[in-house]
Amino acid sequence: MSSDGNPVLTLAATFALMSLFAVGGANSAIPEMHRVAVDVNHWLTDKQFTDVYAIAQLSPGPNVLIVTLIGYSVAGVLGALVATVAMCVPTAVLALIVSRFLTRASEARWPAIIQAALVPLSIGLMGASGFILARTSDRTVVAVLMTIAAAVLASATKLNPLWMLVAGGCLGFAGLIG
Amino acid sequence: MPPDSSSAAAPAPDLSKSPPDLLTLFVAFAKMSLAGFGGVLVWARRGIVDQHKWMTADEFNETFALCHFLPGPNIVNLTFVFGFRLRGLPGSIAAFSGLVGPPALIMVVMGALYHRYGEIDALRRILSGVACAAIGLMLAVVFRMMMPLVKRHDVIGLLIMAAVFVAIGILRLPLAAVLLVAIPISILITTAMRKRDAA
Repeated sequence: MSSDGNPVLTLAATFALMSLFAVGGANSAIPEMHRVAVDVNHWLTDKQFTDVYAIAQLSPGPNVLIVTLIGYSVAGVLGALVATVAMCVPTAVLALIVSRFLTRASEARWPAIIQAALVPLSIGLMGASGFILARTSDRTVVAVLMTIAAAVLASATKLNPLWMLVAGGCLGFAGLIG
Repeated sequence: MPPDSSSAAAPAPDLSKSPPDLLTLFVAFAKMSLAGFGGVLVWARRGIVDQHKWMTADEFNETFALCHFLPGPNIVNLTFVFGFRLRGLPGSIAAFSGLVGPPALIMVVMGALYHRYGEIDALRRILSGVACAAIGLMLAVVFRMMMPLVKRHDVIGLLIMAAVFVAIGILRLPLAAVLLVAIPISILITTAMRKRDAA
């Protein structure tokens, strides 16, 4: 489809538009990233997409940097740069404009309503993110148990999430995740 | 051109000392970002409010709430807005470069390694395991955000949530199309409910 054009331009246009619809943050946009990168443009396979997600979670920095990896896979360092800037700058400029406007108007009622209205949407989107990633990753009983264990531990304890990622990596290395 | 149109007056936060220079901003945000595995928000709060005292806790919460309701990566939005308050557009760019530059560089290195070694079986297995755990962490966030809706029996909120989940996760519809329908509906319902509750 759109992959016959210049891939860098496609990256720029795709992520610039996507950022404006990333309600609730970068993790809400993962289903859309998957749709665009795997289904529409065939930049990555299903397995590569979950790998990229895993690498992004293992690395420091904001969650949005998964687009850096997607961009790199498509067009090397330039792709990484373009994807990152495209995903960050449009909404950052929007935030800047809105914050200036709101300080002046000091009218804070409608953001509260919009925020309340957006909460169910961003939960649904994040749930969809988990579901789409799990379709590829959680193919064995142990894998599903690992996901459940991480979810329970993260909800019930203050354990640093990094340890759960490390535990997952160890189980995977031992060949238990499949 | 009136000479008295004050150039830099309006919304200056009450910083007792002079605002930090661009390099300080860059370094501070790079540190917060590189400390943040699985999210930078905690470290941003610690750095901006506790360590550098560039914002009060209330100012931070207000700014974050604003950046959270706007689309896009929240912490990037926050960094941009914050940098601008201290140093104008150069401040935005310095803070943003610090937040995103060093970890993006790491990401590029990881991407290069993955491209070269990604087919090695051991690495594939490790990443599969990490992905399983990472999905669990995301589900934990989903449950944590869902609990308030469940507790106050917000049936409509839960229905909207489920509809978005099905449209995006199962039907795989484009995000923009789904949100252009879902956002107005959700805002209308929320406004109507608030009016009813107030009446």
